[in-house]
Amino acid sequence: MSTNKQLWTEEIKADSSLFSVNFKELWHYRDLLLMLLKRDFITFYKQTILGPIWFFVQPIMTSLIYMVLFGQVAKLSTDDLPQIPFYLAGITIWNYFADSLVKTSSVFQSNASIFGKVYFPRLIMPLSIVFSGLLKFVVQFLLFIAVVVYYSFTNQIQPNLWILMTPLLILLMAGFALGLGMIFSSMTTKYKDLSFLLAFGIQLYMYATPVVYPISAMPEKYRWIVNANPLTGIFECFRYGYLGSGHFEPSSLIYTTLFVVVLLFVGVITFNKVEKGFMDSI
Amino acid sequence: MKELAIIAENISKQYRLGEVGTGTITHDLNRFWHKVRGKENPYLKIGEANDRTSVGDSDYVWSLRDINFEIQQGDAVGIIGRNGAGKSTLLKLLSKVTKPTTGSFKVNGRIASLLEVGTGFNPEMTGRENIYLNGAILGMRRAEITRKFDEIVAFSGVERYIDTPVKRYSSGMYVRLAFAVAAHLESEILIVDEVLAVGDAEFQKKCLGKMGDVSKGEGRTVLFVSHNLSAVKTLCNKGMLLQNGSLIQSGIIDETLDQYLFNYLDNDNSSTLIFEEDNSKEAQIVSVELKDAEGKNCLEFYTTKDIYVHITINNRVKNDNARLNFSILDKYENVFFINRRELDFTGIKTWVVKIPNECLIANNYMIGLALDVPKVKLLDLPTKKIGLNIVNIEQEELKDGDYENGIFKIPIQWEK
Repeated sequence: MSTNKQLWTEEIKADSSLFSVNFKELWHYRDLLLMLLKRDFITFYKQTILGPIWFFVQPIMTSLIYMVLFGQVAKLSTDDLPQIPFYLAGITIWNYFADSLVKTSSVFQSNASIFGKVYFPRLIMPLSIVFSGLLKFVVQFLLFIAVVVYYSFTNQIQPNLWILMTPLLILLMAGFALGLGMIFSSMTTKYKDLSFLLAFGIQLYMYATPVVYPISAMPEKYRWIVNANPLTGIFECFRYGYLGSGHFEPSSLIYTTLFVVVLLFVGVITFNKVEKGFMDSI
Repeated sequence: MKELAIIAENISKQYRLGEVGTGTITHDLNRFWHKVRGKENPYLKIGEANDRTSVGDSDYVWSLRDINFEIQQGDAVGIIGRNGAGKSTLLKLLSKVTKPTTGSFKVNGRIASLLEVGTGFNPEMTGRENIYLNGAILGMRRAEITRKFDEIVAFSGVERYIDTPVKRYSSGMYVRLAFAVAAHLESEILIVDEVLAVGDAEFQKKCLGKMGDVSKGEGRTVLFVSHNLSAVKTLCNKGMLLQNGSLIQSGIIDETLDQYLFNYLDNDNSSTLIFEEDNSKEAQIVSVELKDAEGKNCLEFYTTKDIYVHITINNRVKNDNARLNFSILDKYENVFFINRRELDFTGIKTWVVKIPNECLIANNYMIGLALDVPKVKLLDLPTKKIGLNIVNIEQEELKDGDYENGIFKIPIQWEK
């Protein structure tokens, strides 16, 4: 028969190798990524009066609450920095991380109806979540910049050249959220318990990350916990760059980078393993 | 020889029944333990054919079992079978929505699948935006959509609403737009599940026409699942018949359709109904069978065929005026026809009643039987009724309980 000689463009098999990401295919679907971003952007605005202003409300209100709660009541140190830019810095980047993680970790559940009907590289979905989170982040970041500009003109803070690291910091955070989110999403297709774990786990995690306190406020005895947290380097670098104060060690960023690379690798592998068969167990 | 588009080798798909989730950890661990020792997955050995009417022993069923086939390029293949035969599962595997448990497909060409129209449509977005979004989900590039945009809009016939959010659309407009996008996909292989069940008759015709162009004009390979037998017949040149997860027949579409309608029910118990013997009853219906003119058991009949109902009765005690009530019921068990015959014998006897052809409109009916002595006592009233399916190949298969076309074919004449 001529079948043996024929070239096949594709083979659909029961088992696939562990690391078989089809980057060519992913590239073919890049327009889908753009359309999903556009969808998220458009649907956010539709039928709201204030539109993107809502993006400002949340960090401002949260900062005010933190000022009262952690600043006035608990009297946590802010490394002698003004409270507003200090809390706003933490909140802005933490929000991006937390949103991305929570959304990517439920990507299979929330898109089951689409995944069940059409094939496209599943990786597009978590990627689109991380990218569309950037839209909100950029708006909130502009608010933060405005605050930084005001405080540096009044000489209360001294931004330095470390702010050039911002793109890398965002990339690391996106990678961290994506990697961790993919691992969680892969596991939750079978064991939904994990989504409950994540829901309160992320709240606890915020307190293990220097969001509302500087690392210097941590007693020496427990500092290793915070240092082991890959997010610590990102937060400390961000604050050091924009606010000009804090305990930032460049080596912690190297640790974070390595951690994120490994996490992304593991994330892609587990996601890949699950994506082909998850429709049966969800 | 023509090039092949798809080869399926030993395709099987196993599903787990019941509440997925309970006991998954133990099963997963067991599976893992077998894998570590280099043994086969223990749950692949068990499982049974997918017959939803009988309760099985196993939690695992084979929705598809050892399917092998080859599809040549340019063929339009109609996949038919009763509900639960595995048609949609097969399409899902080919669409890569889920993976086969064993076996593999070899595919030559880009596959576009339409298991549903309008996947990913966002109600807040306008028709225009949704065309782009849905097209991208189906794998079209942006430039490709832009090139075809006017054609898509024209096909859908919703030009006027194209910049209105689709949540304001009527459901018909929604479906039109969704199908229009899908119909303009460029792919070598097109997979279509029952998506035309929606939309009005005119639009269905338009879609079928478009699909006809796809399979006949452009030399594309099409796989088509539908219960609309006339659509399958006109669109497809090849057919595959699935039953309980196995491929029963594949070949020329007419042969497949014939087999679907007549032969494959030969061994099906449901064309015969046998009742449990109960000696306490004075008279009892023993069994009832549906046969065609050649005496072959059959469940589905063309409107052009005579139907023979074989009724076996055991009349143990002679009762004066005892009679058999033979009735034909619709899906809701409404009796619309009844005929009676006196039990003029004792012992076991088989009566045969012929329902002449062209009496009943194509639909699903039931035959009800009862033995009684009028106004005195009921002798036997079996609760189970035998189903009788009458099909008309020229006409779309009717959905359950759809009696819009009436019941009887009465030879009325328009005199003026």
